[in-house]
Amino acid sequence: MGPLVPDIFSSQFNLVIAFFLGIGFGFILEQAGFSSTRKLVGLFYGYDFTVLKVFFTAGTVAMIGVLVLDHLGLLDLGLIYVNPTFLWSAILGGCIMGAGFIIGGFCPGTSFCAAAIGKIDAMAFILGSVLGIFVFTAAYPALENIYLAENRGAVRADEFLGLSPELYAFLIALIAVVAFLAVTAIENRVNDRKTGLSRWRVLKFASLAAIPFVIIILLVITPSKQEYLLAKIREAREQQKCVFKEISADKLAHELLHNHFKINLIDVRSPEKFKEYHLPLAINIPVDSMMARGWSDIFTQEYKTNIFYADQDTTAKKACLLANFMGESENYILRESTEQFRELFYDPEPPPHDAIKEIVDAYHFRLKAAQDLEGLENALKKFSQPVKREFRKIKGGCS
Amino acid sequence: MTSRPYMNPYLAGFFLGLVLLATIYITGRGLGASGAVKDVVVSVVKTAAPEHYQEAAFYRQYDQDHPQNPLSSWLVFEVLGMFIGAFLSGLLANRIALKLEKGPRVGNRLRIMAAIVGGALFGFGSQLGRGCTSGAALSGMAVMSLGGMITMLAIFGAAYALAYFLRKLWIE
Repeated sequence: MGPLVPDIFSSQFNLVIAFFLGIGFGFILEQAGFSSTRKLVGLFYGYDFTVLKVFFTAGTVAMIGVLVLDHLGLLDLGLIYVNPTFLWSAILGGCIMGAGFIIGGFCPGTSFCAAAIGKIDAMAFILGSVLGIFVFTAAYPALENIYLAENRGAVRADEFLGLSPELYAFLIALIAVVAFLAVTAIENRVNDRKTGLSRWRVLKFASLAAIPFVIIILLVITPSKQEYLLAKIREAREQQKCVFKEISADKLAHELLHNHFKINLIDVRSPEKFKEYHLPLAINIPVDSMMARGWSDIFTQEYKTNIFYADQDTTAKKACLLANFMGESENYILRESTEQFRELFYDPEPPPHDAIKEIVDAYHFRLKAAQDLEGLENALKKFSQPVKREFRKIKGGCS
Repeated sequence: MTSRPYMNPYLAGFFLGLVLLATIYITGRGLGASGAVKDVVVSVVKTAAPEHYQEAAFYRQYDQDHPQNPLSSWLVFEVLGMFIGAFLSGLLANRIALKLEKGPRVGNRLRIMAAIVGGALFGFGSQLGRGCTSGAALSGMAVMSLGGMITMLAIFGAAYALAYFLRKLWIE
């Protein structure tokens, strides 16, 4: 599940990735004509809208792509960098950049591309941007107030407008398509081009422009990966066709004493109840948070058996089903409830005098097992803590 | 030898979107440009004027946020790649030449002066606005950032507002 840095790719290797992504970025900007300042400023005089077409297409493609990856459960939106919103510095900084754009004829990214193919004005622009940044750092104490004013945090535009991400993306794509039509008309007028369009070109434009809307509609009407999993579980439960592998309390105690390293004993109740009482060596993963990314290792590994227990049979079964859908691990449920296990082992009733040997043996086994388990738990205290992986939000942006 | 035509803008935009999407999927962050210039500036100041680096508020803050060498930043490596990618593209399209572009009645000296002034404004503004057209506007759009959207509207709004007054630089 993305982002792949820093868990799958290290932060060091990330720099190598940056280099190769940069090659793609620079190559495409140059191919699109962003290394030509006349082409860039054409946007502001109406004779060439390449910048708008490339920019809006790229932004829309990436935005819808992010939604698709999220929908398929491939990208954790909670971790990716969202540029924070500082209202005044965004507006003021943006206006100064706009002035720089129309005077200098480049923006930083395009100036790099143009300088790379030998444009002297682009090299001058880069020199200027070095100076500008230096001036900013020197003047920072005086600018600090406005730089930090009106901090709204990492707000997303769809949240701000009270729209769903899909609806927001739909509107942006709609604006893009309308803008493409409008600027093409302006271009044709400014450049005195004929406006006659062949039927074939109209059809091509219409069918390509329809793609983003079709994708967004599919996102809305199909269930996301999470919803799909939950629906499957509901269905399986309603039809009662699932078979659970069960383990008895005595067998569990035996396994814990002899093979504790091959078992994840998982308490799926709430953290409060877990704190109150839990089985020896158990870890706590409340059933509602099982799908959190940090736990996925436990349900996909193939070395340990997961054994679920709860106060009610249904909760343990739900957790076990969920685990079955999430990964390849072997999953069992404990036949007894938490309370039954506690009574059996820590509060056993002595057997009557005339009891058969089996019952007496079981009684003694449980007495001893309870003691041994306590000893084992104390010895393993450090290891029995849950090992949830922590995920940090990624730093990004240009600041 | 004439240079090849540019790529269809929508196709280029589609590929650019895919590069940006790959960047977000792999690294969790967007693309950028101006930040790399800042890292270079910081690095120069750190080497050339270590005392100033220790004292100035901006650099103290930067040092706290970026404990590693300023040049081993993600954006510096990305921008190195950009230079190579753009050069390769220029090579393939036969566009590599030492030259500059300007309006019909603009002299070379004026063009260079304007480029330096424009670059200075853009550099200054990108620091105040926390990113430029790449880092704030484009990458911000992909992750639906409100701040990125505001910055983008401000950049293009201001440029449009000034375009008429500066038309002598470009079209007349």
